[in-house]
Amino acid sequence: MSPRSIFTRPARLAAIAPYLWMALFFLVPFLFVLKISLSQTAIAQPPYTPVFDVAEGWDAIKAAFAALSLDNFKLLISDDLYVLSYVRSLMVAAISTAILLVVGYPIAYGMARLPPRWQSVAMMLVIVPFWTSFLIRIYAWINILQHDGLLNQVLLALHVVSSPLVWLSTDSAMYLGIVYSYLPFMILPLYATLSKLDPALLEAASDLGASPLQAFWRVTFPLSLPGVGAGALLCFIPIVGEFVIPDLLAGSDALMIGQTLWLEFFTNKDWPVASATAVVLLFLLLAPLLLYDRLQRRQLEEGR
Amino acid sequence: MASRPNRLSSFNITALALGLAFLYLPIVILIIYSFNASRLVTVWGGWSLQWYGEFFHDQAMIDAAWMSLRVGATSATLATVLGTLAAVALARGAGFKGRTLFSGMLYAPLVMPEVITGLSLLLLFVAIDAERGFWTVVIAHTTLTMCFVSVVVQARLSALDPTLEEAAMDLGCDPARAFLSVTLPLILPSVAAGWMLAFTLSLDDLVIASFTTGPGSATLPIRIYSEVRLGVKPEINAICTLVVALIALVIVGASLASKISDARGKSASPL
Repeated sequence: MSPRSIFTRPARLAAIAPYLWMALFFLVPFLFVLKISLSQTAIAQPPYTPVFDVAEGWDAIKAAFAALSLDNFKLLISDDLYVLSYVRSLMVAAISTAILLVVGYPIAYGMARLPPRWQSVAMMLVIVPFWTSFLIRIYAWINILQHDGLLNQVLLALHVVSSPLVWLSTDSAMYLGIVYSYLPFMILPLYATLSKLDPALLEAASDLGASPLQAFWRVTFPLSLPGVGAGALLCFIPIVGEFVIPDLLAGSDALMIGQTLWLEFFTNKDWPVASATAVVLLFLLLAPLLLYDRLQRRQLEEGR
Repeated sequence: MASRPNRLSSFNITALALGLAFLYLPIVILIIYSFNASRLVTVWGGWSLQWYGEFFHDQAMIDAAWMSLRVGATSATLATVLGTLAAVALARGAGFKGRTLFSGMLYAPLVMPEVITGLSLLLLFVAIDAERGFWTVVIAHTTLTMCFVSVVVQARLSALDPTLEEAAMDLGCDPARAFLSVTLPLILPSVAAGWMLAFTLSLDDLVIASFTTGPGSATLPIRIYSEVRLGVKPEINAICTLVVALIALVIVGASLASKISDARGKSASPL
């Protein structure tokens, strides 16, 4: 923490506007999600029975509390569709995060060993795709993976396969899309910790007789664990709720929870069930979110 | 090898080269095929600009692009003001009441699944009976992107020497004056980078915009998404290439800004 600056008081005043904004547009909306997840579905506009109407006085409030129901949550537990969606989402996110770690680590490691001049260039090159549209990058893969797309053409030309393979609408395509989209999120925190490692540590390990591989496993890797944690959380949490990638690249027989929520909301117009789905998803993500919050705070506030 | 453990090995080079190729190849292929004369997306029929012409005759697509640019510029501007204020409060405000909640609210949207953010904002807009369209999307995007702006600016602020501000105050500036004439010029490049990041994130967003927009005001990603679901079309390649070109311009702007920032001090990358 920087020493108490004379800016302290005015800086606190600066918090007022963003504080109110985030409270109103980030925190309060969750209360509405919670409220509507407890109400009944209705064929109306908006499609739920109002739970609360203060204007109608005390009796109305009592009636409203009586009308609160856990039906939507009971539905989530009893219907396989939802349970399977949650399980699939957590599995896909865990597997993707593991692949991202294996793919991202060598790249981040290579970056950290570049001459300093080239490190900033490499970092820029990794950041640029993050700025480029998610949707467009997934679309680029549809181009390549489709039945008569470039991948099949190359495989056919090289006589690796005799007839075109099906790539689109498979889990492999989805994992490819996820790894492709989230790779910068994994590389950057890894690179941040790896580039700060003192090279003298590795020299010491080598002087003491460690092989490069031993030095890596017993010195570099343990010291890079904060970066591993940050990268893993930065990927895992949003992947659990991912919608676009599984929707465009995976098949339609097994849905991730983001797709189920989307379907309930936009196709079935069942807002209460969609809200209940979101509440449970948020609940599942609470522990990783709190962990991520702590890491982020430490990183930003203790200086980089 | 074993005696010089810190040298760049051929393994390192290979990992880097493959990694970067993996990140860039699909986009390069997309751009090349947008100039393909053949209607079949997969057969090369020579160079042509016809799909770009097609885009400029597609009124619905142009309307969506215009909507996206307006939403992007408006929300990025709001997000930059709010995000910079938030960064100042966090970097210079020491411990104030509710600080933990404040920083939590600013960090959570960075990883929060978009379906949750989108749904919750929509339910708020419906509850207060707001007409959905341009402004609701602007509010939603501002909420998301101000958090990114605040991270970028906060990184720069914490690398800045607070004694500069103290010197200005000792010389008779009031805090507002010291901020405007000392701090702000020093963090301006990262504020600019924050604006551009906010703009591209807004231009990119499909999920939150889908929830918060109303009928008749689709953004570009919403239009592109509904076309992509129907299959690959050469016109979409052309539109995507135009978006990539626009974003590339923005990135060049941001990296120039951070170059200036580097010249004035250390650290402060676009992210």
